[in-house]
Amino acid sequence: MIALVIRRVFQSFVVMLVVALLAFTLFRYVGDPVAMMVGQETSLEERAQLRETLGLNDPVPLQFANFVWNTVQGKLGISYQIGRPVADLISERLPATLELSLIAALYSLIVGIPMGIYTALHPSRFLSKVFLTTSLIGISLPTFLIGILLILLFGVHLGWLPTFGRGEVTDLGWWTTGLLSTTGWQSVLMPAFTLGMFQLTLIMRLVRSEMLEVLRTDYIKFARARGLANRAVNFGHALKNTLVPVITITGLQVGSIIAFAIITETVFQWPGMGLLFLQAIQFVDIPIMAAYLVLIALFFVIINLVVDILYHVVDPRLRIEAQNAHG
Amino acid sequence: MLDRILDSDIWYSFRQSKVTMTAAVVTVLLMASAVLAPLISLQNPFDPASLDLLDAFLPPIWQDEGVWTYPLGSDDQGRDMYSAILYGSRVSLLVGFASVVFAMILGVGLGLISGYVGGAVDAVIMRVADVQISFPSILIALLIDGVMRGIVPKDQHDQLAVYVLVVAIGLSQWVQFARTVRGSTMVERNKEYVQAARVIGVPPFLIMLRHVLPNVTGPVLVIATIGLAVAILTEATLSFLGVGVPPTEPSLGTLIRIGNDFLFSGEWWIVIFPGFTLAALVLAVNLLGDWLRDALNPKLR
Repeated sequence: MIALVIRRVFQSFVVMLVVALLAFTLFRYVGDPVAMMVGQETSLEERAQLRETLGLNDPVPLQFANFVWNTVQGKLGISYQIGRPVADLISERLPATLELSLIAALYSLIVGIPMGIYTALHPSRFLSKVFLTTSLIGISLPTFLIGILLILLFGVHLGWLPTFGRGEVTDLGWWTTGLLSTTGWQSVLMPAFTLGMFQLTLIMRLVRSEMLEVLRTDYIKFARARGLANRAVNFGHALKNTLVPVITITGLQVGSIIAFAIITETVFQWPGMGLLFLQAIQFVDIPIMAAYLVLIALFFVIINLVVDILYHVVDPRLRIEAQNAHG
Repeated sequence: MLDRILDSDIWYSFRQSKVTMTAAVVTVLLMASAVLAPLISLQNPFDPASLDLLDAFLPPIWQDEGVWTYPLGSDDQGRDMYSAILYGSRVSLLVGFASVVFAMILGVGLGLISGYVGGAVDAVIMRVADVQISFPSILIALLIDGVMRGIVPKDQHDQLAVYVLVVAIGLSQWVQFARTVRGSTMVERNKEYVQAARVIGVPPFLIMLRHVLPNVTGPVLVIATIGLAVAILTEATLSFLGVGVPPTEPSLGTLIRIGNDFLFSGEWWIVIFPGFTLAALVLAVNLLGDWLRDALNPKLR
């Protein structure tokens, strides 16, 4: 188990180094950093001096080492377009994105798992067919279109919910939250629904197919033969074994929720990291792009690591296999 | 030839499923109307000379101010929505097909090499694939698009935008092809016909192309169909986010982006009609892909 953790941590480390190299290449070779930072009237000497202070004349491996060291310390450079440190910009925007992603993920789990169980236990009921059809539409409708339709219905037509921004935000010093005010909750409803929709359908279909598979196995038949109540069989025996793959997929999906937040944030003008990143792409603001790349990669790597370890904790079979392989 | 098709298992399973037939009809209709756009449209929405600002914001014909020359209404520049949707699906489908073909050539090629050569080459290609597949394709496409913007000079960007998109979407999709083809190549590599070819001295390149490739194409077709739906969706998303095709030659995603600006002033038709077309297209292609996967899967027969 410990050997596995060490090996996986090492692998994650290598992946992060490759991503850092990519980000460095972006920063160093896409456009000229000096030309991006100075105005038209800057003299050649001043440019040369800036080049020297930025360390652009050093050998490239040394520059890369410096880049990695600075990134680890949280010095992510200065935005070309906004002229402020990237680290500040990101820490301002991070709470909005994380809050939205977390609510979306919770919502997709809390609604998706029961829907999946229901459709597996009662495949021929009318409600199951409604769920399945909705899920098919949910997969095919692009995220931004769902958002637009919601805005059109609840924002413009009915006028019940605010259509952009986070509402009233409370500042907790190191974190800003919209969850302490009514307008904040009203504002988060539609974006979170939009963002969680795709994951919800995914989780529902996954739970359904896993559950159907488990219900066919011998030990379930045996449990029924022993005369256990349906409830005990379905939830005590079947559901427990269904949840292993669900944990994996859900974990991995948290990463893509953060990535898909780019789209949702654009539709609802949600002031998060995704919106920042999108503006950076439009203006070729390389430091923000590089920082976002590193940050998202870090999220993905950590989530992958946790999911992998969790998998081994939850599924006893894998532990035995690992022991056999080593012993 | 026709007899063989009508007699096959696949045709039978196609006829058995009403959903699949509907999906096929919708797909063919939308593709045909995209190809025939110059013939069946009422104006050329890409030609600024044919647009009249006085005709802007007309509602669809069934509303009071609707006129027959603009059956689905018009947008802020006086573009007829019906014609814009026809031309828009043309751009969407073109980018979608081109990206899938690009991803397919790259992925099948790398998958063949990876599976046939093995060793260090295989390890490198598959590690890259592993890392890439853990990131969502939309993020990869966005990044590649952003980098291209930095490399390509600004004045050329609009002309090259479509190619940039195809490369970005294609690069975000090659992994599925590569993984599948690698798997089947590793199986085929050890079969007798490949060994025989090797013994009589056929160069590895020709073995891969002439002997292995024809035997690994089955699953590729399925991935390509589902990949087309994903590519169309990715293109629409990128264009909606404002980093896709230029607004002078709008795709369905660009049209939705334009319509999104007029959501609050009541011009719902600018966003709803292109949105509906996009959703129908993606849904239909997805359903076809699902059916194809089941129909070609020998386990389910």
